[in-house]
Order: sequence, then structure tokens, then C-alpha cells
Amino acid sequence: MDARLLNDLKRLLGSEGVLHKPEDLLLYEYDGSVEVARPDCVVFPTSTAEVVETVRLAMRHHVPLVGRGAGTGLSGGALAREGGIITSFARMNRIVEIDLENQRARVQPGVVNLDLSLAVRHAGLHFAPDPSSQKACTIGGNVSENSGGPHTLAYGVTTNHVLALEIVLPSGEIVHLGSAAIDPPGYDLTGVFVGSEGTFGLVTEITVRLIRLPEVVKTLLAVYDLVDDATQTVAEITARGITPAACEMMDGWTIRAVEEYVHAGFPLDAAAVLLIEVDGLSEVVEAEAEAVSEVCQMHHARSVRLARDDAERDLLWKGRKNAFGAAGRVSPSYYTQDGVIPRTKLPATLRQIAEISRKYNLAIGNVFHAGDGNLHPIILFDERNKQQFRDAVSAADEIIAFCIAAGGSITGEHGVGMEKDRLMPLLFSEADLDLMKRVRAVFNPTGLLNPGKIFPTTKGCGEIYVRPQPAQAVPSP
Amino acid sequence: MSMTAATLSESLGAIVGPGQTLSNPDHLHGYRVSGKTPKAVIRPGSDQEVAEVVRFAATKRLTLLPAGARTKRAMNVPTTAFDVAIDMTRFDRVVAYDPDDLTLSVEAGVSLSRLEAVLAEHRQFLPLAVPFMSRATVGGTIASGVDSPLRQFYGTARDYVLGMEFVTGDGRVVKSGGRVVKNVSGYDLHKLMIGSFGSLGVITKVNFRTFPTAASIGAFIAFFESARDAAGMRHRIAQSPLRPLTLEVLSPQATELLFRDRARGVELGPRLIDTPSKAAWALLVSFAGSGRVLERYERDLRALAGRDASALLDENATSAVLARLREFSPIALESSPGAVILRLSVLPSAIAHALDDVTLVAAKRELPWAAMARGVGVIYVALLPAAEDGEARSRVGGVIDDLFAAFRSCEGSITVAWCVDESNEAISPRKTTRNDLEQMRKIKHAFDPASVFAPDPLGAWV
Repeated sequence: MDARLLNDLKRLLGSEGVLHKPEDLLLYEYDGSVEVARPDCVVFPTSTAEVVETVRLAMRHHVPLVGRGAGTGLSGGALAREGGIITSFARMNRIVEIDLENQRARVQPGVVNLDLSLAVRHAGLHFAPDPSSQKACTIGGNVSENSGGPHTLAYGVTTNHVLALEIVLPSGEIVHLGSAAIDPPGYDLTGVFVGSEGTFGLVTEITVRLIRLPEVVKTLLAVYDLVDDATQTVAEITARGITPAACEMMDGWTIRAVEEYVHAGFPLDAAAVLLIEVDGLSEVVEAEAEAVSEVCQMHHARSVRLARDDAERDLLWKGRKNAFGAAGRVSPSYYTQDGVIPRTKLPATLRQIAEISRKYNLAIGNVFHAGDGNLHPIILFDERNKQQFRDAVSAADEIIAFCIAAGGSITGEHGVGMEKDRLMPLLFSEADLDLMKRVRAVFNPTGLLNPGKIFPTTKGCGEIYVRPQPAQAVPSP
Repeated sequence: MSMTAATLSESLGAIVGPGQTLSNPDHLHGYRVSGKTPKAVIRPGSDQEVAEVVRFAATKRLTLLPAGARTKRAMNVPTTAFDVAIDMTRFDRVVAYDPDDLTLSVEAGVSLSRLEAVLAEHRQFLPLAVPFMSRATVGGTIASGVDSPLRQFYGTARDYVLGMEFVTGDGRVVKSGGRVVKNVSGYDLHKLMIGSFGSLGVITKVNFRTFPTAASIGAFIAFFESARDAAGMRHRIAQSPLRPLTLEVLSPQATELLFRDRARGVELGPRLIDTPSKAAWALLVSFAGSGRVLERYERDLRALAGRDASALLDENATSAVLARLREFSPIALESSPGAVILRLSVLPSAIAHALDDVTLVAAKRELPWAAMARGVGVIYVALLPAAEDGEARSRVGGVIDDLFAAFRSCEGSITVAWCVDESNEAISPRKTTRNDLEQMRKIKHAFDPASVFAPDPLGAWV
């Protein structure tokens, strides 16, 4: 990296605000995905003004710039694919304003998702999007990726909760999109910005909606001897018009991996479990819990158990949210997909995944947001075995091809990033992608902001990088 | 544009077939928007035909405006020139409806009332209780971004439109989003189309998430002496665990306009309710669920209303009241020859303050008015002069100026949503402090590089 640029950055942010030694950059080569890319330096601005100056310096030197929150993303969105500067928002982590009366909060991008909910809990409110990494992931990252989570089934994803943004464009301009007052007139720039994966601008402030905590929450665990019965249950719950707050599924392989690790009390011999949560007014919850339980039994659930108290409920959720960490303990590497299918296609899709698993002789665990048809098949492999690695990629591609053929999508909440860019032409025509690029150019005309993301490059699938997963807990999506 | 109307019709007929163009002045008048009458109307039957018309228009420097049931011609959308209307009513297919997945894909010309019937067969619905509901089309509803009282619970189209197909200004058929309820593949370009008034493209198909119809519905109305008291009740509901379907504060005139005075009562559906006084502000809230859930709402709402006069409405009365509430704008437009409807967007905590300001300002100019404030912070203020003349216009203009002045330091916005009199100068743009208009201009250029689409809504968005 140009020494003058580095010096300018140090002068701007102080030497403690710039990392550039190879050993310091190691951590920033990764996120939660299987991708790897090394930045030339990492900077830590503390204010919007410093972000503006950083952007100006980078653009003056024609160096790529990538925003980064906690680095928990699952598609390589926060990696510097083409090198350059990573702008970490770790030091912009202040909750600027909480407006209880209007149920709004204004936060800096580095605020950790769960911290906001904890800060407003005393007033009976919370920030609804709850990615499984919510103890670590930042709201800035949530905005960039339009993150989901188990409870988005009833409450919506990040975009449904973001009202306004302060962004810094590559030109160094500060632009305010949206408004804390609902429905500002004009094109919905906030709506198109959320989920733009850091390719439009750097977010420096976010105004979000806060949601009232439900009066009552009930969590049910339904245990099945056949995967088909579990998926039929989900389809039936949807068809009956019940929208649980969450409806998660884990298959037998995942249950065993999780149980060994978390000891949440999942039965080791089950083929699948459903974790279903209903919430709201006590009268609503009682009726819905009963209806859900009835559907489970109708579809041959071996048992349906209601969490007795918060402790038991927390333990069940801990098991679910640590499923990916559990996978990391049993396999040297794994590859996760994020495909979405119409909910009625769940039974057929899970059968297809089992078929693909047999075809390639690879174990595939399934733990996913069943209620909205958002799959997370975990394909296990050993990356030292080149053939196995190629098979894992082929298996993932076949699963995605099946999702698309079923009328679904390649990603429900992880984002396209540098992982699924090659899959985009399967969903979108050249005209579709071209318009997306033109919209990107409205904000980011030089393309220096987070280059090499979303749009297909010439990279072939054999080049996906893989690293061993850490053995300790990593939250799962 | 030097083309004569006859050659224009002929050229367009070559694209869509001669039977699918209109050039009779009487017909053309029905497509008039912002004081401008098109020279021709074309009725394409496929997205490829729309694309061809757009490409043709770009080469001939013609401007286009899509039309559906034409219910929203009184909406305030500045339009510089308008040559050809693209009538989308032949796009009338329900492309796919998967009730068990709660997803729906429809062409833009399908009417909401037909959709309502299709969905009702499976006890489902779309929360689009919008003005001119009996005639409005999907395309017009989405393109105009009109809102629904049901947004209190269900949000707006941006929350349940899953994807879209449209034709951009360079004549390309483009899609965005998909047909599944959760999807982050690519940019959400369809969000830009919602409320864009046809300035970015011609919507040909919309994918929705549908919703199950509730077991039963009910409503509660309470009357208060002031806007402040009514808004206070709104606040108490927001602080409670209740999650109503709709929540509106109505000015005394709005209650009268919507439900008409009959003797000393207010007709709420089949019921007649005594209001404490003619000057009472109302808070109208509806809710859904099983019998036990409705009882809970009734009990809690009564407690929250305290000693203020209130009444419960049964299912039939609730449906009737919601149907009137939905039509606030059309009803207001019909009630006055020079009606102008403003749309104020404020923080919920500022609703009472805004309504007080409106009351003061309108009284000062002696202008009849009615206001409906949604609990989320969108307020419709109908200015209803008794006549349509220069004096009325200047009073309307005065009120708008005063409101702009009163709101200068507040978070929020004021726009003119509807306006009967298309020559009304009172609605000319005011100054703005927002700094994202440049990006909006660039978005318009990205979608419509040759400015083929006639509407220029940016002028109304300041």
C-alpha cells in the first residue's frame, strides 16, 4: 500500500486507528463465511467526519474501501476482495438517542444488535431483527446485509425496521436517506440501500423502529421420527394461517451434534425437531399454542413439549443458535447454503437434499428457518481431500439449482457477497443485473466501494477458498 | 414532437394491433392528468409490447404515462408533457396463487376487488384497503404508493411486495426480488417502484405475500374534547400490549364527512351512536382475532378510554366503518369543488401538535377542513373550500404556506397528495432542506435515461 496514503490515514486517525502489519491484518482476512481476502490496512474512524476524510483519502488514491462491523457475515461481504482499506466501525458504537415515546432509536453502525435490545428492555421494547450472531453482529452490518433471524418470520427482516440512514458516499458527501417520521415522500432510497451489501455507501448512523415485547411467549419443542412429518407440519401450520414468531427445524444429524455440545435436552434418536414459538396477547398465544400442538400431533410428532420456564426456553434456543458451532466440532470444514423455497416445497426439498447427500457420500446437516422456507444445509467435508471439496461445491450447487427450480432464491438472509455472485445469473437476466449496476453507480460510480461483490466475476467455482472452522462456538444463522 | 395524432396512432397500432389504440378526443380526455391530455392511448397485451412502445417513444421523443383504472388522476404528480397513455388493463391475469405458501403473483391491471374475491376463496387477503378500492388496479395502487388504514398492523406495500417485473425507460423488461417471503438476492429495486408514480418504469407484474383472514373483527370508537386527548389515547394504546389492525384519530369534521350526521347521532355502519357533542374528536380503532381476543380488546380499550364516551362495534358495523375510512380521500374530494388533500408525515408524538396547528391555521383563513391522522404518524388534511374560485385558491395556498411555516423545524414532511383543481397554483413546490434529491434524480436517470416517462414527481417531494 502506498506509504503516503498510510501516513495520511495515520495523521487523520492516529496510529492506534490504523492497522497495517501483516500479523494485525490476519483477523480481517475472514468473516463467518468460507472466503478469505486480505486488506492492505484496517482503519477505525470514531466519527462521521473521520469516515468522510477516510473515504476522500481512499478515493484520491484510487484504493478500494470496504465497511466492516463485527465480521460475522456469511457471504464475504465485509472482506476486501480486491485489497485496499477496511473501515471498521468498532469505535462508532454509541446509541445516540432513544426515543421511547415514538419507539425509535438512533444508533451508530458499530452498536451490537443485542445491546440495543438490552438498552430498551426496561421500557418493554426491543429491536426485532435477531440474527443468531446477535451477541456480536452490529446494526451497521445488519443494514448492509438486510439480516434476518429466527423471529423475522413474524416480525420481518432488518429492512422492515429501518426508517432512516446517514450515509457517506464515495464522493465524501454525507446524505440523509429516509426520516424518523414515517413515509417520507420520494423514492424509497432507504429501502434500496438496506441490503446493498456495502456497495452503495458507508452507513454512519441508523434510525430504527423499536417493537413492543410480547405479553406472553410460549416455546414448543416437537420431536419426530421422520423428517417428512416435521416438514409436513410446517407446511400445515402455514396453510392454516398461523404465523408463529419463530418456526425452526433441526434434523437428526444436527440434533446429535448440538446435544453433544450444548446439552439442551434434544432427544438423540429423533429424526427431526421443530422449535416453534408463539407470542402476543395471552389469549392469542394460548389458542395458537394449542393449534400448533394439534398440527404437530396430527403429523405424528413423537412428543410435543412446552418449555416450562425462561431457563428451559433459553436452553432450547441456545441449542438452535449454536448449531453451526456444533458442526464445526465434528467436521474439519463445512459449507453452508442459504437457499429459500416456497414453504409447501419443504418436504420435497429435504428429500432432495438427502438424495444429494447420498449421491456425493457427504454428510449434510439441516438446521433452518422452516417457517419462511429459508434453508441452511450444512455440507461437511475435509478440505484436505480435493475431491471431497469439489463434491461439496457440486452438492451445494445442486441444492441451489433445486431451490431455484422450486421457485425460490439463492439467499434468504446471508447475502450474495463474494460467495454467491456466480449464482446471480441463475436468478437474474442480464437486463436485471445491468439495472442493478446502474443503481449501484448512482451511489458508487467508480465501483471502488466494496468491489467484487454481488455481481458475477470471472471466478470459477473451483476457486472458492476454504479454511478450517474454529472448534469453539460460533453462532449459527 | 411533430407527429400528427393520426400517424402516431398508426405507428402505435403497428406495435399492438389497430384495435388496441384510442385517439377519439372523448376517450383521450378520460386519461387527462395534471391538466394534460394525451394524443393517443395504447393498450398493450404483453410486456414485450410495452417494451416496444417504450423504445418507440424514446426514438420519437414521446412521453408516456401508464394508466390502470384511472382512479387517481386527481393525485398531485407534476407532469411536464404527456403524449401517450399506456392503458394496462389488458394485463389482467392472476399469474400464480399458492394459498398454502401465502404468495401471489398478479399482472398490473388486475383490480383489487377481483383479487379480493380470488383470495377470499381461501380465506386470505391483501392489506391494501386503499381509496377507490372497488375499481383500483394493482399497478396503480403500487405505483401511487397510497396507504391503507391496515398499515397500523400490516405495514405498507414495501413490507409485503416480494418482487416485481417492470419495463424501464430504455425498453427493457426487468425483474427484482422474487416470489418467496424471505430473499436478499440482489438489490431491492422494486422498493423504488412503490410510490414512484410511473416515473421509473411501467409495472407489469407484482408478487405479494398474502395474509390469512382473521376469525372475526371488531372496532371501538371513543370521543374526546380535543385532538390532544384523542392522541393521548393513541399513545396509551401504543404503550399497551394491544396490536390493533387500524388506529385513526378523526377530526369532528372528518367523523361527520365519513359517517354523516343523522339527527344527533353518527351513523357507524348499521348503528347510530350518540356523540357527546358535535365538536368531538374521535379515536377509531379496529382489531381482529377469536371471540376471546376481541373481548380482551374491548375490555382493555374501555379501560384505556376511561370516562370518555365510547362505543363498541360489531363485525358488520366494523366492516362498514373500515370501508368508509379507506375512502377518506375520495369522499373528501367529492365534498368540495376545490378540494386539496395534504399529507403530513410526523412523529407519532407530534400528531396532537400537528392537528392543533391545522386547526389554528384553517380557522385563521376560514377554510372548512377535515383531518384523519393514522396512528403511525401520517395525517391527511382535506382542505374543503365551498367554491372553486380564485379566492378559495388563495385561501388554500395561505393555509399551505402557514403549515409549511409552522412545520419548518419539525421532523417530517408535508406534500399535496390530491387536488381536484388541476390548475391550482397553491400546490406549487416549496423549499426543502432534504439532501437526497440529487440521488433521486440520478435514480430516475438510471431507470429512464431518455426521460420517456412523463411524471416528474420530484417536484412534489420537496
